[in-house]
Amino acid sequence: MKIRVYRFNPERDTKPRMQSFEVATRPGMMLREALLDIRALDESFGFRHSCGEGVCGSDGMNVNGVNCLACITPLADLTEPVEVRPLPGRPVIRDLIVDMSQFYLQYKAVQPYLIRKEPLPEQEIPQTPAERDRLDGLYECILCGCCSTACPSFWWNPDKFHGPAALLQAWRFLADSRDQATDERLDALDGPYKLFRCHSIMNCVAVCPKELNPTKAIGHIKELMLEKAV
Amino acid sequence: MGLQHRHFDALIIGAGGAGLNAALRLASANHRVAVVSKVFPTRSHTVAAQGGVNAALANVLPDNWHWHMFDTVKGSDYLGDQDAIETMCREAIPTVYELEHAGVPFSRLDNGKIYQRAFGGMSQNFGGEQAARTCAAADRTGHAILHTLYQQNIRARTHFFDEVFAVDLLRDDAGVVLGALVLDIATGEPLVIESKTTLLATGGYGQVFRTTTNAFINTGDGMAMALRAGVPVQDMEFYQFHPTGVAGKGMLITEGARGEGGYLINAQGERFMERYAPNALDLASRDVVARAIVTEIREGRGCGPHQDHVLLKLDHLGADVVHHRLPGIVDICRVFQGIDPAKQPIQVFPTAHYAMGGIPTDRAARVVAPVHKGPEEAVPGLYAAGECACVSVHGANRLGGNSLLDILVFGRAAGQDIERYLSENPHHRPLPQHTLDPILARLERWDRHGEGEPVHVVKADLRKLMEDHCGVFRDHDTMAKGVEKLRTLRERIEHARLQDHSQIFNTARIEALELDNLVDVGMATLACALAREESRGAHSRIDFPERDDVHWMQHSLFWREGDRVEAKPVRTKPLTVESFPPKARVY
Ligand SMILES: Cc1cc2nc3c(=O)[nH]c(=O)nc-3n(C[C@H](O)[C@H](O)[C@H](O)COP(=O)(O)OP(=O)(O)OC[C@H]3O[C@@H](n4cnc5c(N)ncnc54)[C@H](O)[C@@H]3O)c2cc1C
Ligand code: SF4
Ligand code: SF4
Ligand code: FES
Repeated sequence: MKIRVYRFNPERDTKPRMQSFEVATRPGMMLREALLDIRALDESFGFRHSCGEGVCGSDGMNVNGVNCLACITPLADLTEPVEVRPLPGRPVIRDLIVDMSQFYLQYKAVQPYLIRKEPLPEQEIPQTPAERDRLDGLYECILCGCCSTACPSFWWNPDKFHGPAALLQAWRFLADSRDQATDERLDALDGPYKLFRCHSIMNCVAVCPKELNPTKAIGHIKELMLEKAV
Repeated sequence: MGLQHRHFDALIIGAGGAGLNAALRLASANHRVAVVSKVFPTRSHTVAAQGGVNAALANVLPDNWHWHMFDTVKGSDYLGDQDAIETMCREAIPTVYELEHAGVPFSRLDNGKIYQRAFGGMSQNFGGEQAARTCAAADRTGHAILHTLYQQNIRARTHFFDEVFAVDLLRDDAGVVLGALVLDIATGEPLVIESKTTLLATGGYGQVFRTTTNAFINTGDGMAMALRAGVPVQDMEFYQFHPTGVAGKGMLITEGARGEGGYLINAQGERFMERYAPNALDLASRDVVARAIVTEIREGRGCGPHQDHVLLKLDHLGADVVHHRLPGIVDICRVFQGIDPAKQPIQVFPTAHYAMGGIPTDRAARVVAPVHKGPEEAVPGLYAAGECACVSVHGANRLGGNSLLDILVFGRAAGQDIERYLSENPHHRPLPQHTLDPILARLERWDRHGEGEPVHVVKADLRKLMEDHCGVFRDHDTMAKGVEKLRTLRERIEHARLQDHSQIFNTARIEALELDNLVDVGMATLACALAREESRGAHSRIDFPERDDVHWMQHSLFWREGDRVEAKPVRTKPLTVESFPPKARVY
């Protein structure tokens, strides 16, 4: 199979280029394995990866125009020649490795941790199965960045708009029956940018490898804001 | 040489559950803490833990920590240190509540309490009925815990050095550990982190085997760093093969799948665990189930055209249970086997999974080694916790759900004892320049240009070698040959060369340094396994099929210098209860 990968080494190259490799495929082979085969031919080819099973979120990349995790993308699903590029909109450090600092800053900005004000009980804080079910589809985010780097609003305002991944986590804590900081969280999200730059284009939903739905979460936050406003 | 130096109270190497729990404690107490991780913290392999964490909360069935302790001692095949096991099982209960308070989205029971499932080797009342002790967030417990701990560290403003690779420990002539030399992966710049205390929390080394549930980053770096700093590693022969890895691939199918009622069958459709563990069946201890599967296959009852795996059946549980309780397993099966486990059985085979051995520590997570007097003298300034450490709570075989517990309890214990140490040792010690020399020399060795074998070739050979010579069943001749081959391979590394000598995000250089580490821990594993002439827990010798408490109820210590193996006594005395004496281990 023919795979074209994005190459850029800032120590050597003035501009990026695409390089073609021919990879022998095996049944059930994932893109990550093909990229490892390419590395065996050329160890200077750089990309992040680790778990190989879609849980660590290291290997988000843009494949044939769509963001995905290489380790759970079967080669059989891809049309040739396969074009592999770094996640869009982020500064490239080297080859497929991008600088994700802005993405992490936005995550940290939504106070992604449980806030309790009442004294803690000796045992668990009780939560019904139904209350717990509201966290499904939210807490599973692996911070791969596929969504935010597919979001036009994040491309244009990565410093001001939180982006889908961070907003999904903002909702994860708003939705948690144990959290006691709803008002502060909503106040912090107010203003024209942090939340409201989302125009419901749904690119984020289309690419999330964990099948999470940031657009819906953003909608819930907006509803809750409206509710609180009246 | 213009090396940059930074100074901290505590340097924590590793941002998995162990490192982050230690960091949380120290950062909350306003110490200057640096957490160094070669990957962004939430990419640490704790994220992959599925089934859950054990604590005798008694939310589903009657339970108490003493029963948990009995199961752990028995599971360890009586090689675990009973003082450490008592500590862990007692601490389990407040630890899980603390996690819940921190935000971990545990699954819930109808009464609002934390959901607990059945796991292997867990009993009520000292060997009675099956217990339900494993607290779960669906089958994504590790993810839930790791992300929550990272989030709480954001709140505590812990100082993170992300994508920074620790190369080696700094240790002065008096044996005090003074920090580490690290490499910023993005810039390729080395950096000296001087610290009053250093905690190794670098996780496991499954990458030394060809087929493993462990991530690419699990290369035993901390253990090898300890070895190179003159510290021994303990009980490395005890490497756990998880019974149910995805056949041919290695991804884990959690024991929780059997905990929810799944069971194994062979080619004849027989539920073969009935023959190996008539009471506990599929929830016998992992070493027992892994050996049973390999035996079935060796005797020709494996499934598939090559008779090389067995089947794990879940379809009788109903799509509801499977999809609600095991959503991650459903994903793995869909992606890697193209099946829905609620409809079709999963093809499984034992897979390298977990290191019971590691850097020897005491209950306070202080690294201990025989130096002058007695086998357990603290190495000043050095701590270890998590999978890279050996306290030893798992002895010869770890029970499922006890590792997440271990990393949390002893990660926090490290934080606590570091606070004590800092109050007694408030000042930095001077760093003699020559302590850096051997480390810089190792870095320079990989800077040599010219022709030579590539790293990935040597690494692939190493992983194959370990799988062939140190697998589920072992014998003297196979392992002796393995040691010989590994010595040859170690020499090959001297002649291996990098072709890429660039600075910026050079992953090839990192993999070369990791290969050095893998070879060291591989040798420790093989040497200890060859030395131990008995079968205990995960270490099964065909030539010594019985456990031998007279000669071998002792830990092994391995030193890098001369590949030396020595013995160390087991701590059989718990803290407050009576000791559990060794008994025949039946399930
Ligand atoms: C697939 C799978 C499922 C599991 N399921 C369960 C379960 O259900 N229950 C249970 O109890 N246990 C389970 N375990 C075991 C348990 O998850 C691990 O033993 C545990 O998470 C290890 O945690 P840790 O903090 O020690 O290390 P890790 O989480 O592996 O973290 C290691 C850290 O060290 C860093 N690091 C390593 N080397 C360097 C270096 N040279 N420089 C800088 N940083 C470095 C890494 O970046 C990482 O941050 C499972 C294991 C696997 C593989
Ligand atoms: S729905 Fe909102 S967050 Fe998602 S891609 Fe569109 S603008 Fe971005
Ligand atoms: S929401 Fe989905 S795509 Fe976005 S970071 Fe999380 S897992 Fe990745
Ligand atoms: S390698 Fe971990 S998500 Fe792909």
